[in-house]
Amino acid sequence: MASVTMNVNGKPVTGEIEGRTLLVEFLRNGLSLTGTHVGCDTSQCGACLVHVDGEAVKACTMFAAEAEGAEVTTIEGVSNPDGSLNTIQQAFQDYHGLQCGFCTPGMVMSAAALLKDNPSPSEQEIREYLQGNICRCTGYHNIVKAIMAASGQDVSRIAAE
Amino acid sequence: MYNFDFERPKSVADAVKALQTEEAQPLGGGQTLIPTLKQRLAMPSKLVSLAGIDEIKGVCKDDQNRLCIGGGTVHRVIAEKAMSEGFPGLTGLASKIGDPAVRNRGTIGGSLANNDPSACYPAAAMATGATIVTDRREIAADDYFKGLFETALEEGEIITEVKMPIPEASAYMKFEQPASRFPLVGVFVARFSDRVGVGVTGASESGVFRWTEAERALGSDFSADAVKGLSVPADGMISDLHGTAEYRAHLVGVMTRRAVAAAQ
Repeated sequence: MASVTMNVNGKPVTGEIEGRTLLVEFLRNGLSLTGTHVGCDTSQCGACLVHVDGEAVKACTMFAAEAEGAEVTTIEGVSNPDGSLNTIQQAFQDYHGLQCGFCTPGMVMSAAALLKDNPSPSEQEIREYLQGNICRCTGYHNIVKAIMAASGQDVSRIAAE
Repeated sequence: MYNFDFERPKSVADAVKALQTEEAQPLGGGQTLIPTLKQRLAMPSKLVSLAGIDEIKGVCKDDQNRLCIGGGTVHRVIAEKAMSEGFPGLTGLASKIGDPAVRNRGTIGGSLANNDPSACYPAAAMATGATIVTDRREIAADDYFKGLFETALEEGEIITEVKMPIPEASAYMKFEQPASRFPLVGVFVARFSDRVGVGVTGASESGVFRWTEAERALGSDFSADAVKGLSVPADGMISDLHGTAEYRAHLVGVMTRRAVAAAQ
């Protein structure tokens, strides 16, 4: 076992890990931050998406040891300081951007990464950016709508069906 | 996955030293290696992460108009920098590998060292006549790729840099296998003042190759029509549930013509 130290959601944390411990295992089992989900464990679904030093990363495809000294942000760390939902989360609620909710943490983290680089993305750009986030309820339409709304854009032109 | 020791050196010299342990393996961005380890298809005694080595990250242009890409540079950065250095064809390639999260971790050095028969970068390396720089030598792309997952790299050898001559015009076109999004066939076309390079990935049983017949035809007439009558033999093409050898051979022609049209 080795020791790893990183900042998670602004707080310094230290834990014991093996070489093979994945970042998502450290977050969920080591820190009890179970908001980051494991959907496929094969880097395809994006339910485990977190930010490492500000960049979107699949936490099932990165070792905890690789995050030594990094700033990690998970879904638990994105709400407003008073605990209320942030703009993206609120938009997901307002526009029914989730059904079963399993993929939602990854979708919200992915959306946040997109809007950081591209504050006003087109519908096409949102759909392309979400290539690595799979929703098996196939609720993409309202997810895209929620992200458009979160970026302050008019969503009335996105069809309802 | 089997357990292993983990090291994260800060310099190439320390990484080379760490890799001298028996069954030690370098770890680039891990976007291929970690899934491989999960399937227990590899059992290294130690992983040496190259992600903490700043000296092999970054992109610049040298005095011979080559894009010099650090082996540890991630796809996202390559896509950004290739555009600003006047190599949009490489941006087109790097910006369509995997998905955004994969592009934030995966590196060009890792891709070239793994040499997956469907990886994108090898097509660009072959078409441009790139030079693969390692901790101990420089290898021309033509001598580097040795077949499926086989390269000229020795045990513990690390790709520190890739030098790609910047073409006057270039484009990459891939026909994606819809589930994995790896190219069923991908073609990189690069036009220089004195030659044209055509690199083909995903198609052949012996890995990435240069389609020299198309290179000659395009050298005298850089147009999609110039390669219309040409075809590669189906013999030696990969045949699997995603496509037959004949289908892949056909796609080589189609993707080449599309790439030439896109590079106009």
